[in-house]
Amino acid sequence: MALSLTYDFEQKQDVLLVRLTGELDHHEAEQLKNDWQSYLQNGMTKHVVVNLENLHFMDSSGLGVFLGRYKEVKEIGGEMVICSINYDVQRLFELSGLFKIIDAADNEAAALARLGVTL
Amino acid sequence: MSNFMKVEFAAKSENESFARTTVAAFIAQLDPTVEELTEIKTVVSEAVTNAIIHGYEENEEGTVLIECELKDQDISLTIRDFGNGIEDVDEAIQPMYTSKPELERSGMGFTIMENFMDHFEIESIPNHGTTVTLRKKFLNNQSAYN
Repeated sequence: MALSLTYDFEQKQDVLLVRLTGELDHHEAEQLKNDWQSYLQNGMTKHVVVNLENLHFMDSSGLGVFLGRYKEVKEIGGEMVICSINYDVQRLFELSGLFKIIDAADNEAAALARLGVTL
Repeated sequence: MSNFMKVEFAAKSENESFARTTVAAFIAQLDPTVEELTEIKTVVSEAVTNAIIHGYEENEEGTVLIECELKDQDISLTIRDFGNGIEDVDEAIQPMYTSKPELERSGMGFTIMENFMDHFEIESIPNHGTTVTLRKKFLNNQSAYN
């Protein structure tokens, strides 16, 4: 079904780049969390960039996933930057106060640059 | 203009997207803005997820009932489960409160419903179930039909 969530992970030096496409709800959250955690534990990752350009829908289950990974990134001494966030998803971030702790960038290049990745 | 629909489905997480898409398709006749449509989809997703996770604790034998009534530009939605119910509703609606932190719940579901809708009400009876009633008036319409 076209409505579901797809995602890919890419390693850029010590930054794990996560790109989400589609819709993130409770049904999709568990698998995403498990896959994401296995990348966080790969020994190469310190920071995370999450590209939300193609995330068309998200509910509070998504907030839970981001908050959970944020805590894990902090535990390994890293930073998490969210980029290319659209208006609808941004409203949820603002409502939940997540922007107070998670950094946002306009696009992927800016987010990676902030974490010291030279392209 | 008035219209009504009712849909009942198994409390499976696969049906969360079915539920919000179905309600969105039904309310499309009010010609909502993209923002209004997103708000409705989000609150339906929140309420249905609550029913599945908290009402039934992921027991897929339960069912969720959604009713949606349209009257002019007013939409009224009820999302009902017949599960565990909520012992303390006042506690449950607090921002960031979750009874299931181990499941990475953000505790923002009811806060989102309150913010995205004009009216929000919960009726819950322990061991009988929970009904969430949500209302909103769509503002964008060009409808001068009578």
